[in-house]
Amino acid sequence: MSDSKLSPKQWVAPHIAGLPRSGIRDFFELVKTMDDVISLGIGEPDFVTPWHIREACIYAINHGYTSYTSNLGDPRLRKAICKYSAENFGLEYKPENECIVTVGVSEALDIVLRAVLSPGDEVLYHEPCYVSYAPSVRMTHAVPVPVLTREENDFVLQVEDLEKAVTPRSKVLLLNYPNNPTGAGMTLADKQLMADFAIRHDLLVLSDEIYEELSYIPRTPSIASLPGMKERTVTLNGFSKAFAMTGFRIGYACGPVDLIEAMMKIHQYSMLCASSIAQAAAIEALQNGQGPREDMRREYEQRRNVIVKRLNEIGLPCFMPRGAFYVFPRISSTGLDSATFAKRLLQEKHVAVVPGTAFGSCGEGFVRCSYATSLEEIEIAMTRIQELVSALS
Amino acid sequence: MNDDALKKEIVALLRRNARIPEKELADRLNSSAEKIAALIRELEKDRVIMGYAAIINQEAENGEVRAIIEVGVQPERDTGFDTIAERLGKFPEVHSVYLVSGHYDLRLEVVGQSMQDVASFVSSKLASQPGVKSTATYFLLKKYKEAGVQISKDEHYERLKIVP
Repeated sequence: MSDSKLSPKQWVAPHIAGLPRSGIRDFFELVKTMDDVISLGIGEPDFVTPWHIREACIYAINHGYTSYTSNLGDPRLRKAICKYSAENFGLEYKPENECIVTVGVSEALDIVLRAVLSPGDEVLYHEPCYVSYAPSVRMTHAVPVPVLTREENDFVLQVEDLEKAVTPRSKVLLLNYPNNPTGAGMTLADKQLMADFAIRHDLLVLSDEIYEELSYIPRTPSIASLPGMKERTVTLNGFSKAFAMTGFRIGYACGPVDLIEAMMKIHQYSMLCASSIAQAAAIEALQNGQGPREDMRREYEQRRNVIVKRLNEIGLPCFMPRGAFYVFPRISSTGLDSATFAKRLLQEKHVAVVPGTAFGSCGEGFVRCSYATSLEEIEIAMTRIQELVSALS
Repeated sequence: MNDDALKKEIVALLRRNARIPEKELADRLNSSAEKIAALIRELEKDRVIMGYAAIINQEAENGEVRAIIEVGVQPERDTGFDTIAERLGKFPEVHSVYLVSGHYDLRLEVVGQSMQDVASFVSSKLASQPGVKSTATYFLLKKYKEAGVQISKDEHYERLKIVP
């Protein structure tokens, strides 16, 4: 009965109870209550998955390709991934034991963190960053150590700042470039600095390259391909963004044999394998998806040109992003903090953006605008943002 | 981007939407509206862009009748298929003319106000042309896709409004 005199037992583990809910979540609840909202808050492509990929998935269903696959993933997919990595990122991996297919990059990140971290180990990562990084580290009882990135550096992580944060307990450096939420990207020189730092302090690098194919600067090799880095890097990537396949939930990790083996154990016991039919779709994406992928990239690039120009005209300065589909304008000149700006923009002008603080406290004074939405909607949103900014000044 | 690259992008965008304003083209391609206008004029002058047409859902519009006509022809000694193809193309009823590989030579798309209209064009004008050996007429019954656009809009999916 509910009138028990004993206070109810706290079942939830303290380190989970202590996790903050994603800042985006609360905002989402608010948006849900409104219709006619133009959302620049969506971190997924607005393109539907190219038909040939969907068709391959339907074909797989029709032909009964619906059982478990190998724990590491369908061998044909692993082979295709390794070939694709070699051709596109300058990375050579063996499909037999240096590649694992996961349920999105989210799972890949989770299992690699669980595979390498002991309680008390420290993970260096940059903020602003994707919302799951610090919580994922905490769930392993390790310690997330945020290193702030700044507008003046176009949000590229700086070695001086890393040097101040590194300790003997530091074990992992987690990187995400091109970056969500800022659109920052790393040049080859930037990557070399990160590599030197990782080698100097004997760190494992986890490179989340989910936006790598959505780059608007000449592509440079992955950090894992730099001298001395392959043995200390796990590269994470997936199909969600480049091929507009978010709902298929297919990601992958490539790295040294012993790490992939360790990740495979966790994956095997927790997930068994990624969806077989989604893996079939992923094979098709790699084999025949380069044309549609490039079309989408060019469309994002053009929208980026438009939205950056408009925001700067409005007086919300932002730099030209090097990749992904986000811009991160500074809104502090309006006199509002990020959360208030986003809330008023939503309530008064029906435009949703995400407060920069959702991606780390140093996101204060910024908001994230996604341009994975039609240019028509972006134009309307810009007009409405302009109205709010004018009213505030 | 150099002019040739810009022109390529302009053509790709106009193919998708011929009504896209010059200013939007300029913003998308990080250029100026004046520059874009000049390049479009060049493309028109060079007959890369030959016109601007709307993609019409015929069913929603009028009772026009369209037919594909396969035409077998006798090529001419010096000009091959060109002379007759160009001559057939002069009829306003003929919407498009292609030389094709396969069992026949020219593929025409013909437009008329009624089936009768198209039939009489074939018998009285087309089949009687010197050099035309045979015709086969296929009336189009229903259009599903044109110029890259699917007629029925069967794909609706509302994304979540906020995604990290």
